[in-house]
Amino acid sequence: MSDYILEMRNITKEFPGVKALDNVNFKVKRGEIHCLVGENGAGKSTLMKVLSGVYHYGTYSGDIVYNGDVQQFKSIADSEEKGIAIIYQELALIPELSIYENIYFGHEIMDGRSIDWNKTIVKATEVLKKVRLDVDPSMKIKNLGVGNQQLVEIAKALSKDVKLLILDEPTASLNEDDSKNLLKLIKELKEQGVTCIMISHKLREITAIADTITVLRDGATICSMDTSERTITEAEIIKHMVGREIDNIYPKREKKNIGDVCLEIKNWTVEDPVKGKEILHNVNLNVRKGEIVGLQGLMGAGRTEFALSVFGNPTGYKITSGEIILDGEKVSFNKPKDAIKKGVAYVSEDRKGNGLVLIQDIKYNVSVANLEELQEGIAINENEEINMANGYKDSINIKAPSIMQKVGNLSGGNQQKVQLAKWLFVKPKVLILDEPTRGIDVGAKYEIYSLMNKLVEQGMSIIMISSELPEVLGMSDRLYVMSSGTITGELSSEDADENKVMAMAINS
Amino acid sequence: MENTSKKEPKKAGLGQEIAGLVKTNIRDYMMYITLVIIMLFFTWKTNGGFIQARNISNLINQAGYVAVLAIGMTLILILKHIDLSVGYVAGFCGAVAAILMTQSGMNEWLAILIVLVIGLVIGVYQGLLVTRVGVPAFVTTLAGMFMFRGLLNLVLQKTGTIIVPNAGFNALSNGFIPDIPGVDLGFHLLTLLIGIIAVALTVFSQIKARKNKQKYNFQVTSTPVFVFGLVFVSVIIMAIIWVLASYSGIPWTAVIVGVVLLIYNYMLNKTRLGRYIYGIGGNDQAAELSGIDVKKVTLFAFCSMSFLAALAGILYTSRLQSATPTAGNGFELDAIASSYIGGTAVSGGIGKVTNTIIGALVIMSLTNGMNLMGVDISYQYIVKGIIFIIAVAFDVRTRSKAR
Repeated sequence: MSDYILEMRNITKEFPGVKALDNVNFKVKRGEIHCLVGENGAGKSTLMKVLSGVYHYGTYSGDIVYNGDVQQFKSIADSEEKGIAIIYQELALIPELSIYENIYFGHEIMDGRSIDWNKTIVKATEVLKKVRLDVDPSMKIKNLGVGNQQLVEIAKALSKDVKLLILDEPTASLNEDDSKNLLKLIKELKEQGVTCIMISHKLREITAIADTITVLRDGATICSMDTSERTITEAEIIKHMVGREIDNIYPKREKKNIGDVCLEIKNWTVEDPVKGKEILHNVNLNVRKGEIVGLQGLMGAGRTEFALSVFGNPTGYKITSGEIILDGEKVSFNKPKDAIKKGVAYVSEDRKGNGLVLIQDIKYNVSVANLEELQEGIAINENEEINMANGYKDSINIKAPSIMQKVGNLSGGNQQKVQLAKWLFVKPKVLILDEPTRGIDVGAKYEIYSLMNKLVEQGMSIIMISSELPEVLGMSDRLYVMSSGTITGELSSEDADENKVMAMAINS
Repeated sequence: MENTSKKEPKKAGLGQEIAGLVKTNIRDYMMYITLVIIMLFFTWKTNGGFIQARNISNLINQAGYVAVLAIGMTLILILKHIDLSVGYVAGFCGAVAAILMTQSGMNEWLAILIVLVIGLVIGVYQGLLVTRVGVPAFVTTLAGMFMFRGLLNLVLQKTGTIIVPNAGFNALSNGFIPDIPGVDLGFHLLTLLIGIIAVALTVFSQIKARKNKQKYNFQVTSTPVFVFGLVFVSVIIMAIIWVLASYSGIPWTAVIVGVVLLIYNYMLNKTRLGRYIYGIGGNDQAAELSGIDVKKVTLFAFCSMSFLAALAGILYTSRLQSATPTAGNGFELDAIASSYIGGTAVSGGIGKVTNTIIGALVIMSLTNGMNLMGVDISYQYIVKGIIFIIAVAFDVRTRSKAR
């Protein structure tokens, strides 16, 4: 019964000053789906990096027993050779190359000294069938959606005859539909005998799919739960993850104080000049003072494009029609700076890519969008800047030794808090939050939700873009559903439920 | 997980603290150590000739134009751009200054002003190409390199090398600041006074900055280390000042470079513009979404670069007291090397103009020292290339470890 494909025994891994893993034991049965959960910084990724050979043998203590033998991986190539493949949150595909070139990148099918492209294409088509991706294998990766790119990654792993597949937050950037697809695929792979370790923050998925759930906290194994023995509830997992019970994931607002319409966007139609097609069609949307409006939709529905085109259009889309009305006054934003000046702020979904300057410290990142306020003569008043940044560090609980800490060294949740602090300092009337809790842990999520509630209580308006249905339903006063660039529905929080929203999101 | 108790003083010993400082600042220390080693080496090889007051004054005059270019280049490199045209822009601008003064008989100060404006115009042209048209800086300035080389040859075609007779103009890179009239103590009194004031200002500002940090409970170096640092810097400044004072005083070039350095250092560290430059270099998309006008800031950097190139051209022409068709050849290499040796990150977003000056001193000490030794120019290029690549390789390694 207990045939273990993998046993990691007493793994300890230290970084200068930090014990990232402390005597971790981790056992995976052959042919199961094993979910690994824990708050950010709990050591999940470190453990997987030890397993895959990124941290090579000798840099950690303890044993990796794989298929009954102790392994000494010196690099990823070593672990791949044994049939262990890891798929990271940030996909490692080359956008300008085709699907089949990507699948066999690094282990090309050779015919003598040259690559046998015909055979490659035939083989690629076979693996693509296995992951149920029905597209032309000669398509370029950049033309695929994120969900399909994820499938290509899995196809790549399968092409290497993988025995143990590790997925690091595979659904973090996927919408509901693609996520379901992916989870179904993982189950199918299991039937074909592939063992799967999945790291995830999405507890609903975990309880739906996992055979075993292992919880890590502060670099130590807290528990390993077998779902075949009894049903494991989300609340139970959360309790183990944070070491305390969070009775309500979505904090209730003390008082609802919703006022007049603050921002209204009318007949917003936008064209992408590069692709030459309309990406947003006649979008009408408004948000009231003190209101949280959710904007839900599948990936590719045009939500981020909508937010960016309103926020000064830095990507250079062609806005063919539409107007923005802010506090009853017609305005136009030619660049993000204009929008910021008028009191509209946008918190990016991609905090590392275009939200923060990672090589700079917390103080720098918090002040950079509103240096005008700190200016005294021609110089910046640095004392005031320090006081301001310290104030936000305390009030929204950014966990760091000091505001001089580089943002790149912070955890995801704390980076997100720095992003929020930056925009709070600008004091906008309307805050557009794009996937505000993507890839951050439960504790930090709760803090961000509470902060959102506090802000609307003070009279700010929030538009929240999110792919996580429960989050949108839990936080919004009202929500819009978007599909293929059009608004397909508007619901009040009382009327909305998951089925209705999904139906609208799929409708096109 | 992290220790957040701020008040608790670190009980680490002095030795440990110094070891820690060396570890975190190894990049900066290596630069100073390299400079000292190079200077000692040439002093030894030239039987003390290198370190003589006369040669040090010479070195400063020679390093002036490179230092000015390197300061501008630092901004460009922080922004992840490059400017290859600076050498021939400098050469061309220097030639125009010479022509204005000789053939048009123009007053030297007016000529300088006009040339600086020409520099600005060149900067606007290249900056607009990069920011508005979207031609990569490498290509824009490579084209500029061709064009200004051609223009330099064109304007000097009829006359060949032009000798500049204007004494005021030539003093910029050959003259020294006057002494206080009526005193003769066997050394340059005003130079000494300026040195004392500089030391006093440095000490004062350092103490103020440290007090400020302590007010916010930020980590500061322990008192002995801090005092040692202050004494060390003061001794270095006074040593250089003493060498200069015992010869003819501070060269005008040093004054000009000093003013440019002070302005740029202030701009980068204390103003919004400086913050924006670091922000764009660190993450241009985040900068744009934070409401920074990336194009405007980039345009400014290119204008400042070509303006400084014009200034460098003036200094170089003044140094040679003539404009030649070969002026500007390879300046951009010295400027880029100085900036990188001074610790500007190859990946952008990081760099200090004060360190760039050290980088320029390294490069120009090599040139000066090898010239004194009579090393063939071919070997000079090879040596400079080796030092350059070692510096950058070291930089890349130390940074990747820090991450």
